[in-house]
Amino acid sequence: MEPIIQMTGLGRDFHVRERLRRRKVVAVDDLTVGVEPGEAVGYIGANGAGKSTTIKMLTGILVPTRGEVRTCGLHPVRERRRLARQVGVVFGQRSQLWWDLPVQESFRILAAVHALTGEAERARTGELVEQLEMADFLTTPVRQLSLGQRMRAEVAAALLHSPRLVILDEPTIGLDVLSKQRLREFLVAERRLHGTTLLLTTHDMGDVERLCDRVLVIDRGRLAYDGDLPGLSRTVGAERVLVVDLSEPVPDLLDVPGTRHLASEGHGLRQRLAFDAEATTAARVLADVSRRAEVRDLAVEEPDIEDVVRRIYAARR
Amino acid sequence: MRATTRVYWRLLVAGFRRQSRYRLAALGGLVANSTFGLLKVVILFATVRAGGGAVEGYDVGLMSAYVWISQGLLGSVNLSGRSEMAERVKSGDVAVDFLRPVDVQGAAIATEVGRSLFNLLPRGLPAVLIGALVVGMAMPTHPAPYLLGAVSLLLGIVVAGATVYLIAALGFWLVDTRGLQIFYLAVSGFLAGLFVPIPLFPAWLEALAHATPFPAMLQYPVDVITARVDLAASLGLVGAQLAWLLVIGGLGQLLTRAGRRHLEVQGG
Repeated sequence: MEPIIQMTGLGRDFHVRERLRRRKVVAVDDLTVGVEPGEAVGYIGANGAGKSTTIKMLTGILVPTRGEVRTCGLHPVRERRRLARQVGVVFGQRSQLWWDLPVQESFRILAAVHALTGEAERARTGELVEQLEMADFLTTPVRQLSLGQRMRAEVAAALLHSPRLVILDEPTIGLDVLSKQRLREFLVAERRLHGTTLLLTTHDMGDVERLCDRVLVIDRGRLAYDGDLPGLSRTVGAERVLVVDLSEPVPDLLDVPGTRHLASEGHGLRQRLAFDAEATTAARVLADVSRRAEVRDLAVEEPDIEDVVRRIYAARR
Repeated sequence: MRATTRVYWRLLVAGFRRQSRYRLAALGGLVANSTFGLLKVVILFATVRAGGGAVEGYDVGLMSAYVWISQGLLGSVNLSGRSEMAERVKSGDVAVDFLRPVDVQGAAIATEVGRSLFNLLPRGLPAVLIGALVVGMAMPTHPAPYLLGAVSLLLGIVVAGATVYLIAALGFWLVDTRGLQIFYLAVSGFLAGLFVPIPLFPAWLEALAHATPFPAMLQYPVDVITARVDLAASLGLVGAQLAWLLVIGGLGQLLTRAGRRHLEVQGG
């Protein structure tokens, strides 16, 4: 099958004026990535790493300086309007709703913009209103919505025309835990139901963990990692953490083979041991701990992805 | 084709509805326009009387009609140079517009025209009514000037919307177009015939005005509605409006295409 996104040697420079000098800034450089239909890809990196610039090139808003990009098999700049029918984009920082009109009015305008038939419009709007729980605020002007409500409406607006490819730029920024959770559940269901391809940028690693089966890490405009999440942890050697609750206070467990003692709570009733999943296993660590003290309860914590990304940056610098 | 018409119609209606949410602002505009209208009446009536009852074909009745219709159109014909599009280019929100399968220029102008048409209700009609009741005016007695006048008025609104769009589109290069907007504001009202009817201009200035699109925004529609010129001449004015629209619209297309390649969306 033809990739839904194909970037080949993609690059974009900006010219920044500083006093009288013009300085060239390479925002994205030599990006070669393909995304297959149906994939869910997390695109992560620090602020200014080049995420938004990439997305703008994928969607035809920004013209690349070098290289090639095909989105849905189309040339994003030349075939902008054809592409717009197949892509839905949510910019967390920008609204695509009509600020002073009721939410449902925005949906109606967008349905006309995408030339949905009356029946398709009713069915799709109904589906989105139900799944994103928007019935309560459909008649409310957009400017009076809470952030959580507005983001749900934004996502619905981007997905109204059932795009094959959905690009979300920081969709959960500023949302509370419950709103994030709701939005993620919706996206998971949407993908399962319609086979939609997802590409999302985020600073929230929960988004990546919950939604994505592939991760791209961009660092200073260049691709730093392309693969799955566990692979990412392995690449940077991120450690997992075994948390054990012991039946009685025990001195810090500093000598368990293959582990590093991180912290103790309650005079040693709860202890946290980091271990490298490549070098040892959770079971072996647990056996070693059990020999020293009685274990009442335990938990294994997955690596913090933010930490993983930080390590990638550190390793590359 | 039908679907395309539906899109821009829908955007126009949206512009209309959005504007309808700002009724208090419309009332303020009406008060300001009417006050200024009375001032114009005082000055221009004095001019007519000083000219022995008629100046360049304007008697008191026609002058009054000119004053109140032009004041009424102030809320609808964009002579300020400001536009939502200019704001969107500056803030980068125009990126969202480019993500839709519509012509960005067409969508912007449709929205602008929708807003303008709404303003005819709380600002246009009442201003003319106030003028007719308080001052009195001479209006045509047969339907042709009104029918053709409605077309001319709509064209005036669209020409203004398309011209203001040009300023906004220059923002693809300049980002902030406030300077241009102020320049537009400074020349548009005068050359459109808002303060003094263009036929009262010295010949050279009148020629200069007709070489710009501004009379097509205000003076021509007023001339057609008030039947200051005969039907044949009115048709000529409407033709001139259409020609301006073609030129300005075409220029807007070119600027949008070139500007898009230049666009560097700010932030986020």
